[in-house]
Amino acid sequence: MSYYNFLLEPISCHAWNKDRTQIAICPNNHEVHIYKKEGGDKWSKIHELKEHNGQVTGIDWAPESNRIVTCGTDRNAYVWTLKGNVWRPTLVILRINRAARCVKWSPKENKFAVGSGSRLISICYFEQENDWWVCKHIKKPIRSTVLSLDWHPNNVLLAAGSCDFKCRVFSAYIKEVDEKPAATPWGSKMPFGQVMAEFGGAGSGGWVHSVSFSVSGNRLAWVSHDSTVSVVDAAKSMIVSQLKTEYLPLLSVIFVSENSVVAAGHDCCPMLYNYDDRGTLTFISKLDIPKQSIQRNISAMERFRNMDKRATTEDRNSNLETLHQNSITQVSIYEGDKGDCRKFCTTGIDGAMTIWDFKTLESSIQGLRIM
Amino acid sequence: MSKNVSSDRFRKVDVDEYDENKFVDEEEGGENQQGPDEGEVDSLIRQGNVMGALQAVLKNPPMNTKNQALKDRAEGLVLKVLSSFKSGDIEKAVQSLDKNGVDLLMKYIYKGFEQPTENSSAVLLQWHEKALSAGGVGSIVRVLTARKTV
Repeated sequence: MSYYNFLLEPISCHAWNKDRTQIAICPNNHEVHIYKKEGGDKWSKIHELKEHNGQVTGIDWAPESNRIVTCGTDRNAYVWTLKGNVWRPTLVILRINRAARCVKWSPKENKFAVGSGSRLISICYFEQENDWWVCKHIKKPIRSTVLSLDWHPNNVLLAAGSCDFKCRVFSAYIKEVDEKPAATPWGSKMPFGQVMAEFGGAGSGGWVHSVSFSVSGNRLAWVSHDSTVSVVDAAKSMIVSQLKTEYLPLLSVIFVSENSVVAAGHDCCPMLYNYDDRGTLTFISKLDIPKQSIQRNISAMERFRNMDKRATTEDRNSNLETLHQNSITQVSIYEGDKGDCRKFCTTGIDGAMTIWDFKTLESSIQGLRIM
Repeated sequence: MSKNVSSDRFRKVDVDEYDENKFVDEEEGGENQQGPDEGEVDSLIRQGNVMGALQAVLKNPPMNTKNQALKDRAEGLVLKVLSSFKSGDIEKAVQSLDKNGVDLLMKYIYKGFEQPTENSSAVLLQWHEKALSAGGVGSIVRVLTARKTV
């Protein structure tokens, strides 16, 4: 596990470039900082992207076209292109009157989707004639803030998790940039804005914090504020498997293989869940098992230091046992892809970034196998 | 001090009611929810079968109904069953419940905390401790996030 503490402030969001040598993070303010890996465990800041007037809530870095899209509470989104050694922003008018909350490039990188507090999703695409990004809105039937988005591999379907306790799959088909999509288990007719599926709500359920399609696009996982993880398989008649966890709510979820899902949240620890082909969702293990701390005898010097600092002579460590000292807000794939992930990365409110290696985890945690 | 002579009734207007974008929960037909069967539960308590009484009282929770009297009656019945347990038996009783049962029990426990009576809080706290070790903080989060309560 490589743990790096970037700052004391929370990391609002992060995004990696294609070869994982650079990371763009928002240090809980109006800016985006890009850090470059300097050999060993060192990171140095190489760029500061200052254009937003409000906190940056979402960053996504397109791997092939090397463009960064950011969105913020100033109701704007910017597409950044690298010209020489400078990142130049292009404003995208989202036509929203509340903060933007999340942004994702589509797999082909010709569109991106922005979820906002205006209870709608803006699908933005580039119009060649006007040299300008235009957006179309998906409004119905979203009734509250859209917290999270994930694209289906076919570049048309989009999953959205929202504060109205529902997770929905929409069609974001834009005839100007998309070819007619082939039929999928989610449906065959996909006009823009069509709700292909809707899950959740009805008396129970909490805000849907994060959604993730599997690499095939047939499975969809989401985590909700009522401490549940849910997975649905469109190829198996849309039956939802929900697991009620005993932990605090999870904030971010991602598929790491067709059958495995990693989620992390307010317990500051990534957790592994397995969804087998029969449709059963089970909890496998926490992935942050701290080594047993050895009971040490406190030296006299430490006793006096504790007495001075904390008015107590006991060695009461107020740190959490997990690596992250505060909630993890985002999980991303570091090495591999959603079908076969070898390393993943977490960032959180403690300002730290940790890279987790499944090879190390499998050897250190008994009985752990990613299937 | 100057006195306000004109009407200030406007200060008490609930502006959220006039918001056309106000979020309203979906209506789910729950008119046929009776709550746990009082007769069955009472007879099981009288027979001394407290475990059976617990299973019976956790059936048919009045979640979807708006009938407050029905909900109060269900809560009272649950409290009666919980109080009739010996302290040592509580843990075993909680172990016999499934995940949904533990969540439902937690909902009733917190409902009971809202209206404490003479000895209820002590009993409920004992049950709370055992339910917490079975359901974890997740079960408490589900009590807090539930849109419809017992």
